[in-house]
Amino acid sequence: MTAPVSTTPTTLPASAAAPVPLTRLTMVELRKLADTRAGMWLLIVIGFATVATSAILLGWAEDEEMTFTAFYTFGLAPSAVLLPVLGILSVTSEWSQRTALATFTLVPARARVLLAKVGAGALIAIAATAATAILAAGANALAPAFGGDGAWSLDPSLIWQTLLFQVIFVLMGNAFGALLLNTPLAIVVFFALPTVWSILGGSIRALADASAWLDLNVTSQATMEADMTSGEWARMAVSTVVWVVLPLLLGGWRVLRREVS
Amino acid sequence: MITVENLTKTYGAQRAVDGVSFTCEPGTVTGFLGPNGAGKSTTLRMICGLTPPSSGRATVSGVAYRRLGNPGRHVGVLLDASAQHAGRTGREVLALAAITMGLDTARVPDRLARVGLDGTAAKRRVRAYSLGMRQRLGLAYAMLGDPAVLVLDEPANGLDPEGIHWMRGLLRGFADRGGTVLLSSHLLREVEVVADRLVVIGNGRILTQGDKEALLGAAGTMVRTTDPAALDALLQRMGLTGTTSADGSVLVPADAQTIGQAAAAAGVVLLELRPAGSGGLEEMFLRLTAGAEPEKAAR
Repeated sequence: MTAPVSTTPTTLPASAAAPVPLTRLTMVELRKLADTRAGMWLLIVIGFATVATSAILLGWAEDEEMTFTAFYTFGLAPSAVLLPVLGILSVTSEWSQRTALATFTLVPARARVLLAKVGAGALIAIAATAATAILAAGANALAPAFGGDGAWSLDPSLIWQTLLFQVIFVLMGNAFGALLLNTPLAIVVFFALPTVWSILGGSIRALADASAWLDLNVTSQATMEADMTSGEWARMAVSTVVWVVLPLLLGGWRVLRREVS
Repeated sequence: MITVENLTKTYGAQRAVDGVSFTCEPGTVTGFLGPNGAGKSTTLRMICGLTPPSSGRATVSGVAYRRLGNPGRHVGVLLDASAQHAGRTGREVLALAAITMGLDTARVPDRLARVGLDGTAAKRRVRAYSLGMRQRLGLAYAMLGDPAVLVLDEPANGLDPEGIHWMRGLLRGFADRGGTVLLSSHLLREVEVVADRLVVIGNGRILTQGDKEALLGAAGTMVRTTDPAALDALLQRMGLTGTTSADGSVLVPADAQTIGQAAAAAGVVLLELRPAGSGGLEEMFLRLTAGAEPEKAAR
């Protein structure tokens, strides 16, 4: 080996003292989402399922329902459901595969690693939304051939609202992953807990008021309709704090403190 | 350079590491020896900032590990070769580390080749690697950032004799160029050839430490005689306690000259009289660690 050992070994080289830039860490975390078999297959499945949503609309939807808005909003469903799993894996696999040992040895500032994971999660959500838009455009171009309407109008507010929707759920995956640090447990709780809460909120009258503010499944539905009202924004903000921000803070605290072995 | 000062880690009532202090100088290989569960791994994890110490401190080149922004460029660490994502290829594992450290990924194939992982192995997923291949990948990982300091936990585990020989050469060369190496092992034989200094730990406490040569010398003298009873009586008069081996030779904690002169004066016939060397060190190692019951490895 030609390891260039510094001439005065007790002095620290500048390259080792300066922190790893957050952009670089985010790129690494983004790459880690897709460089394992599990991650790659999850992305492939999301891609196929999104194509399938367009195929379903082209094959079975009413003619006037074949619009760009319809292809786009329906096309978001697979990534909305499955991308959070990637968000969960991004955090939990460090512990289940024990890569946390190597990761935190290279970057002792664990908060920065977690921040990079959140950044990578947001970026993959944005990328998936953009890809869905392109796919929806392709499907909509084919729509007239299937006798569809093929209208191109998309309310601009829908772009931002759906982007936010996608990002929120991937970060919720990150948050549940950090909170539970166990892949199967985090996936089950991620899907089961909000559903149980939705059922309780829907069936128990005393919880109905609370559920209108705290059920993210309900409040986030508003993003799929153009021009959310301020009340809808407020309700979604509150439920996002409960289901995303709080778990992320608690999970972050847990990751920072947990002993790595 | 690694400095460990009064490092202590308690888990509940159990003291996994108890007031451990030692230093590793540039240009030397330090063997960190102890039975399984003695506190070696916990100590190394504390050095690398993965486990917060209960008290005491550890620094690398004067800086606490957790305060290094990009430690991979100064300290190469291999704590557990199996702790890599089973679904990643060997090449990808190194590429991720290279990007994190701000290095060109173009160096990856060459670094893999240097540890004996060829192109085919590089493209395989870690799941398919043998433990020996994982150790090689781990060594390439640790040395990827051209560090000045290496911290390795049981790096010889899973390597075949040829692999162990290769690794010794690698570490010796690294230290001879001015690098600092700290490597742990539960087997004296694995490290005694390559180490300059030894730190022996048992039950979380340092049992002995020093230059290997001094420790080997302090291990005593091997004596064989025609008349074991006469030798025994002589040793008793000298106030020494010998340890008799299965082959009849006796390990005496004194230097050869003292024993030779006393034997001549007493008319005891000696068949063999030599420094005990590594055999003695092994004996000492076993004796020192005999009281240290291997406990469940504290994690």
